[in-house]
Amino acid sequence: MQAAILVGSAVLLVAVAGASVSVGAHAVPPAEIWRAFADFAGTDDHLIVRDVRVPRTVLGICVGAALGASGTLIQTLTRNPLAEPGVLGVTAGAGFAITLGGVLGLAGSQPAQLLLAALGSALAALVVYAVGRTAPLRLVLAGVALSSVLAGLSLGLRLMLPDVFDKFRFWTVGSLAGREQVSLTLPLVAIAVALVAALLVTRPLNAMVLGEQVAHALGGHTGRTRVGVLVIVTLLAGAATAVAGPIAFVGLMVPHLARRLSAGSIPWLMAHTVLLGPIMLLVSDIASRVLLPTGEVPVAVVTAFLGGPVLIWVVRRYGAVSL
Amino acid sequence: MTAPPTGRPAAPPATRLAARDITLAYGERVVSANVDLDVVDGAFTAIIGPNACGKSTLLRSFVRLLRPTTGTVSFDGRDVFGYQPKAIAREIGFLPQQLAAPENIAVRRLVARGRYPHQSLLSTWSAEDERAVHEALAAAGVEELAERPVEELSGGQRQRVWVAMVLAQETPYLLLDEPTTFLDITHQYELLALFARLRDEGRTVIAVLHDINQACRFADHLVAMKDGRIVAQGAPADIVDAALIQEVFDLPCVVVPDPAVGTPMIVPTP
Repeated sequence: MQAAILVGSAVLLVAVAGASVSVGAHAVPPAEIWRAFADFAGTDDHLIVRDVRVPRTVLGICVGAALGASGTLIQTLTRNPLAEPGVLGVTAGAGFAITLGGVLGLAGSQPAQLLLAALGSALAALVVYAVGRTAPLRLVLAGVALSSVLAGLSLGLRLMLPDVFDKFRFWTVGSLAGREQVSLTLPLVAIAVALVAALLVTRPLNAMVLGEQVAHALGGHTGRTRVGVLVIVTLLAGAATAVAGPIAFVGLMVPHLARRLSAGSIPWLMAHTVLLGPIMLLVSDIASRVLLPTGEVPVAVVTAFLGGPVLIWVVRRYGAVSL
Repeated sequence: MTAPPTGRPAAPPATRLAARDITLAYGERVVSANVDLDVVDGAFTAIIGPNACGKSTLLRSFVRLLRPTTGTVSFDGRDVFGYQPKAIAREIGFLPQQLAAPENIAVRRLVARGRYPHQSLLSTWSAEDERAVHEALAAAGVEELAERPVEELSGGQRQRVWVAMVLAQETPYLLLDEPTTFLDITHQYELLALFARLRDEGRTVIAVLHDINQACRFADHLVAMKDGRIVAQGAPADIVDAALIQEVFDLPCVVVPDPAVGTPMIVPTP
């Protein structure tokens, strides 16, 4: 049953990825997509597929999986259904670092922005851990508090210097567009490594969800598991934010949908999440290209716009599965 | 051999699982000081005593949830904190008082989590795991519930499922913190009979129990605690009398033979 759903999700992901390569301001027929790799002729279609659409789709898959997986981990660890990757301050940290870099004239190039975002997420996470240690509730509170302070500072700076920050709009609303010029190898490798770690940590988490005392009596390293999960969440959310900007809602919502399918098993939950996250983000990204006749909307607008009603519908129709 | 700091002779542990001269504290607050306990191998031991006397705390120290500030809890002569967590979890199983199952989980899947200490990060589900889960479900009498979601079960059924989870762990030692609290009297007796049967099959059972009469009926060995100290221990028939109950619980009573099985039974006097 679980495996069948997983295979179904995988097939759906392949279809959605195909659509993501095909659909856009310039539609590419499926046959040309195939030829762009099998029989490259340098046509516009082929160049668009190879240089724009495929990298963007790969980015969407990685970011979607990263957001979904980090959301699942942080919700499971904190037993808080409202937790999302940004709750540890990484999203606000990246945004603030970019804004501050802009003020200081350091954020001119995309690689520089990427570096700033990564540094900002890591620093914010470190501050949150220093305050919250590993107690889930304290962590969440520290993360929320730091996030609002950083978001307020960022907003203040942007309002004072509107011209400078017009070009950093990207960092207020996340997007998968226009990232082709930067090398994303390092962040994507970081995401891939962290995703493997996320899958490995699911078995210890399976014991953790029975309660700390039971997990301990079963021979779980509860402290070590908690620290490991937090490091993985920071890596995933930090890398995703660095390459795509803040994208809300995927990390909050995908775990809720996946939890319905996973019958209380964390390994299955993670497997479903890693497929549903990219599906949701790619669908949103495709929508972001076709919703407006005049141009693109950032994908983060679409995830919030579509995600909110979908989540409400699911919860009302089927009820939420609590933690 | 030099004498320990307390000046008492430190007898070597007489049993596989033993506490020697342990002091247990939460921060500055000392709950128990200089306690010795040899857990009788192959017996059903019941720990009794009034609320906040340190029963659960003592149990917690045996499963590494609380590190003694002095003294050691040893298993086979080695400090329990010196073991790899999974290695000691294959010897000593523990069921805490507060239990919460994940939502949506089926009984069989919850029981299967008891196999955790027998698995590594990447090992797959083995025939051995399958057999252990099957036997645990049967022993706890919850086979026919195997595919049901845990949250749909009654309190008594749910407690048996958790016991099955600990049984799947296949530990020779079973530590249970107030396993019968919140259950109706029928389920209390069923569960205690199950523990006695597990003892008969060779396991060592240690349970914190509130009902003295039940403890006397089912346990081979009673440990009576008050204010963090062990006041008396031994077979129920040897140690339970009105004076002990008065001392431990501050309750005037008479002790009569249980009309059904002959073990000591306390009847409070007005």
